[in-house]
Amino acid sequence: MVMQIQETLKDSSLAHLPVGVEARVIAVQGESPVTRRLMEMGVVPGAPVRVIKTAPLGDPLEIRVRGYHLALRRTEALTITVTAVTDEER
Amino acid sequence: MSTTLESPSRSQQKREPTPKSTSKALTIALAGNPNAGKTTLFNTLTGLRQKVANYPGVTVERKEGAWTLAPDRAPARLIDLPGLYSLDAASLDEKIARDVLTGQIAGLPAPDIILTVVDATNLERNLYLATQLLEYGRPVVIALTMIDLAERRGIEIDVERLSDALCLPVVPVVAAQRRGIEALAGAVLESAGQEVGPGAGWRLSERAEEELRALSDDGHQVHERHAALRDLYGEELPKEDHRQRAVAGARARLCELDRNWWQEPLLARYDWIEQVTAQCVRRAVEPKHRTATEAIDRLLTHKLLGPLILIAVMLLVFQAIFSWASLPMDLIDKGFGTLGELVRNRMPAGLLTELLVDGIIAGVGGVLVFLPQILLLFFFITILEDTGYMARAAFLMDRLMRGVGLHGKAFMPLLSSFACAIPGIMATRTIENPKDRFATIMIAPFMSCSARLPVYALLIAAFFSTQKVFGIISVGALMIVSMYLLGITVAVCVAWVLKHTILKAPPPPLVLELPPYRVPNILTLTQTIWSRAWIFIRRAGTVILAISIILWALVTFPRAHATNDASAAPTNAAEQSSVQESGDETGEQIRNSYAGRAGRLIEPVIAPLGFDWKMGIGLISSFAARETLVSTFSIVYNVGPDEEEGSPSLTEAVRNAKRPDGTPAWTPLVAVSMMVFFVLACQCMSTVAVVRRETNSWRWPLFMVGYMLVLAYLGSLITFQGGRLLGFT
Repeated sequence: MVMQIQETLKDSSLAHLPVGVEARVIAVQGESPVTRRLMEMGVVPGAPVRVIKTAPLGDPLEIRVRGYHLALRRTEALTITVTAVTDEER
Repeated sequence: MSTTLESPSRSQQKREPTPKSTSKALTIALAGNPNAGKTTLFNTLTGLRQKVANYPGVTVERKEGAWTLAPDRAPARLIDLPGLYSLDAASLDEKIARDVLTGQIAGLPAPDIILTVVDATNLERNLYLATQLLEYGRPVVIALTMIDLAERRGIEIDVERLSDALCLPVVPVVAAQRRGIEALAGAVLESAGQEVGPGAGWRLSERAEEELRALSDDGHQVHERHAALRDLYGEELPKEDHRQRAVAGARARLCELDRNWWQEPLLARYDWIEQVTAQCVRRAVEPKHRTATEAIDRLLTHKLLGPLILIAVMLLVFQAIFSWASLPMDLIDKGFGTLGELVRNRMPAGLLTELLVDGIIAGVGGVLVFLPQILLLFFFITILEDTGYMARAAFLMDRLMRGVGLHGKAFMPLLSSFACAIPGIMATRTIENPKDRFATIMIAPFMSCSARLPVYALLIAAFFSTQKVFGIISVGALMIVSMYLLGITVAVCVAWVLKHTILKAPPPPLVLELPPYRVPNILTLTQTIWSRAWIFIRRAGTVILAISIILWALVTFPRAHATNDASAAPTNAAEQSSVQESGDETGEQIRNSYAGRAGRLIEPVIAPLGFDWKMGIGLISSFAARETLVSTFSIVYNVGPDEEEGSPSLTEAVRNAKRPDGTPAWTPLVAVSMMVFFVLACQCMSTVAVVRRETNSWRWPLFMVGYMLVLAYLGSLITFQGGRLLGFT
């Protein structure tokens, strides 16, 4: 089951990452000020991320990155490509 | 210790020598991420010796304090920069911070030292700002905060190694307990006389460094590395023509090689940070048990409970403001009443005594009465902000706010606007996009502020105090809630219209840190509340004082006995019929005074709303500040200051006021119409002034006053005429 989830999560977007799954940022697309701000705040390739929860109406998301919590919308989360972290990598 | 790290040569960078003299007062800039403990450190270092002002032309708060580094030295000037994640973005806060660091602010020398606060629980992101500060060619000292918290989370930081890797002093501090403060002062003093370290140890690719070198000396001017970096990678192009061409050319060449060329410095910085932290940070395996913050958030941002708790918190805050404030309000009220009485009895009767008692004491006292409510509201808002709950409120409300095209961050300014639109409008600075910010500013005055309360309170006390619905809910409370709801509803509609017309823009992005919950620091709390309350007191002492004096003069002059002949006053229908009005001398005096004439001049316009000329005087004066309506009525209806505003006598006077034909001037319907007008109209000079400052143009404040006045008139008209059609009186 776990293997299966991780298989489907290879290089998916952060917006589709299930709550609680450890992942790593692969790439960040876009050139808007939001993308820049996200990267300045540490959402860069290689950074570990995890979705903590979604707000009551399904948006925004709360994620944990580099030891702190960040809220961002699904639209922004879609621009972030992540891959699930396997147990050995940890 | 920095053997594994590259120590770059920085020959291309020109540095001003740091002052060697020990007698000169140092200028120190304090920078740091939001929520890193910067304010607490600033307060601990400076105590009460701080000045709060604005940077010229903008509303970024300029906080400065004196920090005694050593007993035998002149205290240093500590400049508190706005909370920053980076120095590169185009927002106002970042621009100001760059201007301070490069000495571009008039009367403020470039800092001798940059002190930066780094949160130990959040080292990597906090060090990102430090990598930028290191480029300014000034000695940088790091104050490492939250180490106790980091230890509890299993993060072990080797401070000495960190200091070696960064080539700058790192001092752990626990500001609230004054731990590490002396060591910090020592490190700062030592750095003051020393050569600047080698700066950040990250480099771009060969190709990018080449472009950067070319831009550093473009034949016109030598640019420091941080300036060249910003020109090449910043959000905006430089203004000068030749520079713009050079930068655009370099960008195009880099873009050809790599589509994501602009990410390079970002990635290089984080790469370097990861190298540094790999050397000196040991993380225990992530603890299985949740942190306190995560546990609290399981409740507070819960899908179902979260919104319910948010509503409960708001209800609690408003309930507290209404009930807890009543005792001190009564005391202030009585105090001013006694003072007026005292002055009247001790001084000879005459114009001066009248001015003091009826004008100044009644006017200013009538406004200072609201100080307890304002203090309480600021108390709650500051606590909600400092604990970290406000960010959660934005998180919970974002989806709804976005529905009308607003940012989740607009929730906080709008909530503050229930106390007063001024701090609310000032709080919109956290919204980066100007269009979203202006839309929030434009609707902030619809939130029923505390200055409207006395108006609601007076009219409700006069007309709705006794009735009950279903025997339990008082009509008064229901009226107040309706007024708040009316304001919110109109605000939502206006926001939607604005965001789909003149402020058309895609839904604003949201990138919001949810900081760990913290117990607010008492010192910080008191200082924030005090500085906000002081704005209100100063307003009472200046604007309101001036208005009270002017208003008193306008109802006192010309003196009745001097202008008894009717020809001196403009003639109109109301004038003719007024002969039958009470022969009361004071009534006659006000009628013929300048204020009375102005009131009668606008009477034909406001008559469809159910208002007579006396109410017109109140309306005119309330455009300076809403709360003056009450003090105006006590002058117009000739209530002595011994029987203060809101007391039975004024409500009595309002209830008994008669029109020329003998019918009551006020009916419940007129009162509702008046309240609706106050909900919708922008009657506040200070708000207009703040909007002028925040938007840096007269267009927005004038637009705001205009459209709100139209809405207020229409709202009042519909209320009064519609109410009459439905058979209400």
